[in-house]
Amino acid sequence: MSDPILRLSGVFTDIAQYHILQGVDFEVPRGQVTMLLGRNGVGKTTTLRTIMGHWRARAGQIVLDGQDIAGLPTPAISRMGVGYVPENMGIFSDLTIEENMILAASSGPIDRARLDWLFSVFPPLQTFWKGQAGNLSGGQKQMLSIARAMVEERRLYLIDEPTKGLAPAIVSTMAGALRQLKDQGASILLVEQNFSVARALGDSAVVMDDGRVVWAGAMAELANDASLQERLMGLSMEAGH
Amino acid sequence: MTAAPDHRPTMSRAGLGERLGPYLPVLLIPAIMLFGLVAIPSMSSWLTLTVSGLAMGMMIFIMASGMTLVFGLMDVINFGHGVFISVGAFVGISILLVLAHMTEAPSLALNLAAILAAVLAAMAATGVLGWAFERVIVKPVYGAHLKQILVTMGGLIVVEQLIIVLWGPEEIYILRPEALQGAITFAGAAMEKYRLLAVGIGAVLFVVMRYTLRRTKIGLIVRAGVENGEMVEALGYRLRLVFVGVFIAGSALAGLGGVMWGLYQEVITAHMGQQIMILIFIVVIIGGLGSVEGCFIGALLVGLLQNYIAFLEPKAALISNIGLMVAILMWRPQGMIPVVKAK
Amino acid sequence: MIVKLLSGDTPRSPVLAVILLAILVALAFAPFLFPGVRSVDTAARICIFIVLVASYDLMLGYGGIVSFAHTMFFGMGAYGVALASTHMGRGFDAVALGAVGGAVLAAAIAFLIGLFSLRVRAIFFAMITLAVASAVAVLVSQLSGLTGGEDGLSFRTPRELTPAFKFGDELFGVKLNGRLLAYYLIFGVSLVLFLLMLRVVNSPFGRVLLAIRENDFRAEAIGYRVVGYRVTVTCLSAFIAALAGALYAIWLRYVGPDTVLSFDIMVDILLMVVIGGMGTMYGAVIGAALLVLAQNYLQALMGVAAGAVAGLPVLPELMNADRWLLWLGVLFVLSIYFFPTGIVGRLRQGR
Repeated sequence: MSDPILRLSGVFTDIAQYHILQGVDFEVPRGQVTMLLGRNGVGKTTTLRTIMGHWRARAGQIVLDGQDIAGLPTPAISRMGVGYVPENMGIFSDLTIEENMILAASSGPIDRARLDWLFSVFPPLQTFWKGQAGNLSGGQKQMLSIARAMVEERRLYLIDEPTKGLAPAIVSTMAGALRQLKDQGASILLVEQNFSVARALGDSAVVMDDGRVVWAGAMAELANDASLQERLMGLSMEAGH
Repeated sequence: MTAAPDHRPTMSRAGLGERLGPYLPVLLIPAIMLFGLVAIPSMSSWLTLTVSGLAMGMMIFIMASGMTLVFGLMDVINFGHGVFISVGAFVGISILLVLAHMTEAPSLALNLAAILAAVLAAMAATGVLGWAFERVIVKPVYGAHLKQILVTMGGLIVVEQLIIVLWGPEEIYILRPEALQGAITFAGAAMEKYRLLAVGIGAVLFVVMRYTLRRTKIGLIVRAGVENGEMVEALGYRLRLVFVGVFIAGSALAGLGGVMWGLYQEVITAHMGQQIMILIFIVVIIGGLGSVEGCFIGALLVGLLQNYIAFLEPKAALISNIGLMVAILMWRPQGMIPVVKAK
Repeated sequence: MIVKLLSGDTPRSPVLAVILLAILVALAFAPFLFPGVRSVDTAARICIFIVLVASYDLMLGYGGIVSFAHTMFFGMGAYGVALASTHMGRGFDAVALGAVGGAVLAAAIAFLIGLFSLRVRAIFFAMITLAVASAVAVLVSQLSGLTGGEDGLSFRTPRELTPAFKFGDELFGVKLNGRLLAYYLIFGVSLVLFLLMLRVVNSPFGRVLLAIRENDFRAEAIGYRVVGYRVTVTCLSAFIAALAGALYAIWLRYVGPDTVLSFDIMVDILLMVVIGGMGTMYGAVIGAALLVLAQNYLQALMGVAAGAVAGLPVLPELMNADRWLLWLGVLFVLSIYFFPTGIVGRLRQGR
């Protein structure tokens, strides 16, 4: 196994006077899906936002492919090849689907073959290509958000709760899309509350609690140990969701 | 551009009212023209007033558009925007005074060349000033509205005083270039040539601006940035640079508007920008802060209403705009075309 | 006793306390300490501006709301007194009715503007007040039948407040006439109004305002009705500003658009509150005293400076006494960046 694509060590992030991240350490291995798990409010989204540079880490290192990116501005981090799907999807609802995708392909025109692939994964995007993104349903917006991240090959994908609040049929579309991305050998850091999705996709898992990483290991190990889940996340994820 | 859909299914169908909703603001323009037609007894006066109302509206739009975009993009409220109008007017008019031999010649080509030179100089000066203003005055107070209002107001006072230092406290009178004086008569209505020119310039600028915002990548970035700047940055675009560019462009447009307004009034003072700012505020509020289309519609409404009312009841002209603002805010508290902000 | 009068909000800095005390003493005995028409006039203006600026600070420093209509409210009180005195004849009843009438109207208009704009966005308020205030100023100069237009209105105040009224001979060389009474009326009312505002900002109401200013989302989440509080403080501020305007009218026995409605006064208020110190109340005292004095005496100093650099290019123009606004503007911008809490905040920090 080569060096990890992303490594966080001792990352502290404050939001106003609140200490949200209190020394986060973990690694995202190259070409794998790493699940970031934990209860609500333990700092998962803040971790992703800190990696993206939306929040500035007060201390600690964030190393992407050998380069410390902590403190870099968001656009620079993005240009290093980080695709990001934020928690709120970040859709530009005033723009069309097409315009959203054009913006997402920040290094040039959209690659035709890749777009056809995305259309096959998310058919509604093709259907409403010239329509306003604001008129899409919630699930379609989530598809667009993920497609924007996937429109170019990225070194690392940061994806924040892609199945939140979606109907079961759309959840499986999402899971299928992420599976295809994984099969292409992409490196993904995925926040996910839906345990069956997490178990199906994850290679390794990182569990956070109260602004710190409390457990890291193979996803299979966590998935097969209900008492470990109970201890780490306060509930057996098998029962939830 | 990249792919065509195989078919075009409809998105959920909305009721008539809901589908009409987005177009209602545009319909207000013919509505207010119709009001003028009914209220004003003579057809030719109505035509004259409509042209001058449109001319005034176009000029206000040119001056206001930068301010509304700057707000939309970075949530920056610039109370000093009016100072670019004054500076533009002083620089442009000074150039015109120097080029008197060109403006006094009875040749339209020479006149327009002089105006072009004045406009370019004014836009360059206000563009540079805008850049400096952004760096010195605005940048340190990002994200703090209260300080922005105070500091930009302070900047306005300082620059206004500097105008007086450089050009003196007296107002400067100017005649329009020879070929643009007087009026042409159409259907019995006298229409000043200069106002027709102003309508033309305004319309062209609006079309160019709309094209830029709708059809170019930079326009996409600006529109996306108005809604969710953070996501635009997460896609790899340096919003801050875009913002500075918009700020400079907006300042230059205000400078252009200042020259046009100066020639329209045929007199300029250091305080002119501050006075026009009142109309600009009304326009951007009723249009919806951050919306260029709303700003355009709002500017035309204000221009037309102001001219009609000034004809019908001169003393009520300024109050009528306040009335318009109240009426529109009662209808849509966020302005005619509210700007969606992602939270 | 004193602490109670100050509502527990003491200056909290020895230097500040000394300065405030000096200003209080100077104003309380101004006619005796600085005899002469001009200096008493200056003292009266300082008293009035302290109230006006403090009422603005209620809104800006405590409410976090920027208004550009404060001169309009000021003018409403002034025109109220002038119109009542003109139409009802001279007398204290006319003065009282005019003052209260103007103040109630000011509060009502503030209520309407506040309801319209604060409900949506606090910055709307700044823009709308600017538009409304300038429209009203234009209207006042147009409606010459009622307001005297650009010329304004001269009117007669109660006889007891005019120089013609004498109630004694001389005291320490100062003539005991109605003008002296007028000064002490203004001084007394200003002092009471100021202490009243100090009480307001130190009441539970004032503390909620501060919480809103710090973080309106959180205040709303805790359950305070932010809009209600903001509208209330706006009305109160407008009401007191109008009373200050009434005092000004009584003192000048004249009102006109340039004297009580012009945007220059609005700029003065902004300068005074920012330089003195926002959200401190005492800042209004320092700012008003400093700037009114500067207006009267600093301009002469700049004239001297301009003479010294005469002959050089541009510099004499920069030093021209009429350009003092330029320097105040620079000072204003710098103080917002570097001393956002103004002189009072600096003094309190330096303790």
